[in-house]
Amino acid sequence: METITTPHHADAHRDDTAAKLGMWLFIFTEILLFGGLFIVYSVYRFKNPVAFELAHHELSITMGLINTIILLVSSATVAISISAMQKNDKKMTMLMLGITLLLALVFLVNKYFEWGGKFEHGMYPGSELMKNLSNGDMLFFSLYFFMTGLHAVHIIVGMILLAITLVKVKTGAVNTGKYALLENSGLYWHLVDLIWIFLFPLFYLIH
Amino acid sequence: MSDEKHHISSYLSHIMVLMGLIVLTVITVLITSVEMGPYNTAAAMLIASIKGAIVLLYFMHLRFDNKIYGVMVAIVIAIFAAVIVVTFFDYLYR
Repeated sequence: METITTPHHADAHRDDTAAKLGMWLFIFTEILLFGGLFIVYSVYRFKNPVAFELAHHELSITMGLINTIILLVSSATVAISISAMQKNDKKMTMLMLGITLLLALVFLVNKYFEWGGKFEHGMYPGSELMKNLSNGDMLFFSLYFFMTGLHAVHIIVGMILLAITLVKVKTGAVNTGKYALLENSGLYWHLVDLIWIFLFPLFYLIH
Repeated sequence: MSDEKHHISSYLSHIMVLMGLIVLTVITVLITSVEMGPYNTAAAMLIASIKGAIVLLYFMHLRFDNKIYGVMVAIVIAIFAAVIVVTFFDYLYR
């Protein structure tokens, strides 16, 4: 409980710049988390160039390309929702957030079919097939499942954040004068897009 | 924040940025089938970095926001780049 002797502040203290700074600091930890994985990937690819080149043919470029474009569009819709909020267009903000959530869901459905196809062929972490692969192939698929899986977890977290934001925009708790939550959820969503921009060429487009 | 001036990006500018990103994505896919030896990976990473920079500057608003965010991002990227360089010095000259 607040002490009763300080009644001069009716509203709670708020610092949007600090909130954004905090969000960026969190994003840095995410960048370094995936950055570490990218370095692990680079070293193993450097040591097994042929295996990585051959193994990547198992992945569908079309599927990867579709998911890349879905994420890019969803990033744009989040950016538009923030502009709409700044222009005090609540309807547009909600529409754009809704489209973003829908696109995120489509991304996950694609991922489900992509992974499902692999699972059907007996290719999943810990399977007999994977245990009998050569060292380079095993590293490629282990990294593929781990990095795209961790990315999918981030998609789910982003969807939860955007859904909460959408509800708060609807109720008016997030509005033109107070939209730090929308901006910070948006930053998180762009980060998810940013990571995928690097995952796509590294796993799907090896030459 | 309430005292700061806000740059409001137009819807059209977001669409233009999106189009640029999609064009770059298509270029990366097409460039994969061109034989360039080791430069294929370099080209793919270069294009990915350009796309990343566009997302950071325009979608994540670094270009219009308070400079401090951009400075911090630059420092983190520099640290990450340094770790990559050190790692590969180790693996290349071991």
